[in-house]
Amino acid sequence: MSETLLLETASTAPRRRVTAVAEHIVEVLSDSGEGAQRCGQAFAAIAARSGHGIWTLEIIPAEIQPPARSVAGASGNRIRLGGGRITNGGDEADLVVAFNEQVLIGRVAEGELKPGCLVLLESMWREDRDPAVAQAYAAAHADLVARGYRVIEIPMDRECRKLVPDPRRGKNMFVLGMLCSVYHLDLGLGREQIALTFGKKDAKVIATNVRLLEAGWAWAEEHLDFAFTIPTAQITEPQVVMNGNAALALGILASGMEICAMYPITPATSVSQHLTELFETVGGLVHQAEDEIAACAFAIGASYAGKCAVTITSGPGYSLKQEGIGLAVMAEIPLVVVDVQRGGPSTGQPTKPEQGDLLSALFGTHGDAPKIVLAVSGIEDCFYAMITARRIAETFNTVVIVLSDGSLATAQQPFPRPAFSEDWLAPPVDQSPVPEGARPYDWDEATGIFRRFIPGQPGGMHTVTGIAHDRDSHVAYDAASNEDGLRHRSLKLAALQRTLTCPEVFGDPDGDLLVVGWGSTKGAIEEAVAGLRAEGHRVASLHLRFIQPLPSGIGEILRRFARVITVEANWSDSPDDALIDEDNRRYAALAMLLRSRYLVDVGCWTESRGRPFKPGTIRAALLDELAKEKRG
Amino acid sequence: MIPVADCLLRTAEAHHDLADYRSELVPRWCNGCGDNAILTAMQRLCRDEDLAPEKTVFVSGIGCSSRLPHYMNTYGFHGTHGRALPIAEGVKLSRPDLSVFVSTGDGDCLSIGAAHWLHALRYNVDLTVLLHDNHIYGLTKKQASPTSPLGTKSNTTPMGSVLAPLNPLTITLGVQTASFVAQAVDWIPDLLYQVISAAYRHKGLSFVRILQRCPEFMPGLFDPWIQDPKRMLLLSHADGVTVGPALAKVYPNVRAHDPSDRAAARAIAEVEDPLPVGILYRDPAVPRYEELRHVGELRTVERVRRGLEAELDRFTIWPEDAATP
Repeated sequence: MSETLLLETASTAPRRRVTAVAEHIVEVLSDSGEGAQRCGQAFAAIAARSGHGIWTLEIIPAEIQPPARSVAGASGNRIRLGGGRITNGGDEADLVVAFNEQVLIGRVAEGELKPGCLVLLESMWREDRDPAVAQAYAAAHADLVARGYRVIEIPMDRECRKLVPDPRRGKNMFVLGMLCSVYHLDLGLGREQIALTFGKKDAKVIATNVRLLEAGWAWAEEHLDFAFTIPTAQITEPQVVMNGNAALALGILASGMEICAMYPITPATSVSQHLTELFETVGGLVHQAEDEIAACAFAIGASYAGKCAVTITSGPGYSLKQEGIGLAVMAEIPLVVVDVQRGGPSTGQPTKPEQGDLLSALFGTHGDAPKIVLAVSGIEDCFYAMITARRIAETFNTVVIVLSDGSLATAQQPFPRPAFSEDWLAPPVDQSPVPEGARPYDWDEATGIFRRFIPGQPGGMHTVTGIAHDRDSHVAYDAASNEDGLRHRSLKLAALQRTLTCPEVFGDPDGDLLVVGWGSTKGAIEEAVAGLRAEGHRVASLHLRFIQPLPSGIGEILRRFARVITVEANWSDSPDDALIDEDNRRYAALAMLLRSRYLVDVGCWTESRGRPFKPGTIRAALLDELAKEKRG
Repeated sequence: MIPVADCLLRTAEAHHDLADYRSELVPRWCNGCGDNAILTAMQRLCRDEDLAPEKTVFVSGIGCSSRLPHYMNTYGFHGTHGRALPIAEGVKLSRPDLSVFVSTGDGDCLSIGAAHWLHALRYNVDLTVLLHDNHIYGLTKKQASPTSPLGTKSNTTPMGSVLAPLNPLTITLGVQTASFVAQAVDWIPDLLYQVISAAYRHKGLSFVRILQRCPEFMPGLFDPWIQDPKRMLLLSHADGVTVGPALAKVYPNVRAHDPSDRAAARAIAEVEDPLPVGILYRDPAVPRYEELRHVGELRTVERVRRGLEAELDRFTIWPEDAATP
């Protein structure tokens, strides 16, 4: 059903039907450079300030300047807004605003639109001078209508032209005004948001954008026959709204780390970019090295000489850093490595999220190289994980790998504003004389921990080396020294492990099915589990933050459930494939780890679709698993 | 980064002798290896410059050359193959108060670490870099290196190497920001000492190629030059190394060369016979990375707190600013 004619002929405002909904998912899509991202972000911020829970996702084309009006060029935002805390991007969209019909096609094909979804579509293309464009538009429009979407054609370009000469710049604020009207958001907050967004520009720019906002709002009030109200909750404590990469950057600042060495790589780069700005005012160095190997080596050199440094990368860069990671493990130099995972192997899918690096994080680099692996489970965790990582790296003189991924990198969510604590920062570098007779690797017999001598400390002179060495840091190829080093480097993991607390089960302590997850998928998994539990299913979930070492108590939890599966965004063989059987099936990374550690028959369900997990998809997978369990 | 240490007065002026820079380890280099001469020169330099052993760091990669830090009684970092330069850059940028030296070989610097070499010249961090160039991979027992002369018979080139060697001096001088380029040979210790001493005093990355004998795998390689001192070209300048009368008697081929003359330096570097020794090029005006990046600023808890709070403000929704439903 198309409603263009109805609306265009209507001379008076249509009667507006206001529907109360628990939550909605909105997408704003445009060609790259038309500002859908900015519109989506502003809309999300206004919604958050209005007391809605939000989660936003960026829809990013892989290229910088994809061709206009192309399926692959879709750029924009998804905003999920609801009454309470939102922990993921949700399932299908309820309402989509599209600046042209082409950017919609890919979203439709990927199943991102809910049946009957509202589509607010720029109508200028219908009368385009290029007959091919007009034809493509008409065809796509007809297809959308045939699929049952409620398509509302809106002359955005024409309306904006009344205010600005080039609606390509400004249409996004018109759309923002429309969305404020549709979701009953305060226009005053919209004006403030524009002032914040364009704060660095002059008042004229802000005024123009405010007029566009108001025009969009007025147009929607006059012409749209629907609106929605979503519950709000009054904010009582200050909240910060940021994406995962910004939270990592702020976390690094808060951790007291002063040196970051990096090489540009998607999707990790924005962490270092943000950090560069922060260090400009606070002091500190972000070094863009000549390559990933050099970035890692630089960070190790900086750490060695004083305070722990960080290097930030994504999959391919993480592979290149292996040699350096091994060196830091062997010489026992603190180092924090952040891997914002993307689709792999090789160059893979640079702009798409995946959890494919777990095994290389755990076991990467040659030889026995024990290191700590921490996976952030949400945006707030991105902030605090960096503080934890720095402290562990320095306490244990070892490497801490922090795994994030593309789906947290650009997703935004409010969380309570962190309250700064001096304890987050590292103490000043020790420059006191080393006691006579003290040895550089004076490993504690039980824990493997030792006090590192830092350049500048009189009496502590020694040469660290990546070669097998004895307690004096002298090259030592003898069997006893070799095993002495291996043993103590390994013991440090056990020493840390003894301090970790077991994660809590989400749901009942026992039941038919336990879902184990790690990293960015926490919100989607718990939403799916909560839904199933509400329907009476005996399902629970467990989310792991420390993956190496694993805290005590996990094995007992696994054994309390009739069936255990992991849910992961990486590859595992499907038992349905003709060649696959129990002798050759490749399990998902975490499943493999849990099976070997706990001797529990842990299954797995995985998806590698290059997009954040949807609670609905997980729900369907869990229902399948429950049905199997019943049959079994 | 550690300005406090710089502010402390040295309560007692320490004076050191050579033994203070010798570690308890006996060098494991072969008899006649040129690395021994380099080690001796370094220990002498440390003594003469009165470097505090605890404030001195020797960084190296992998190879025979890279064992040098173990034999110095200073702090040392024996790293991974090819990565001495980025490790040393990290040390210096983290701790500008430390004196940082790099020992690297022709395989380490010019092959596996070649990218780091060029970029180190770009950064121009204040490091003294010693390229121990023996024209062969020694620790892995004789494979051709990037500086092996054409036709070198080695385990990987049994019929003789087929690739022409690269010239580390011309390449280094080709990088616009190279600020100190010199060449020394292990068999003229006086000049070796003078060159590394000037290199140490240069603020910026000083690149010193040291032709170093490997009697085990390249016996007699430099004999033509050693046995015929006329084939050595000593570069002399009031602002460079000085050739005293005793040296001039042995090495008659002395040429006045102004190290600020880049074009002349390039022309000298092109020629390997006669073999130039001395400072080819020096430009103290090239900006150093640590200056450009303002490292070493005082970073107080208060400054971090203020920076963090200001940044959090940008992302904050305050209850009082939120809309009332």
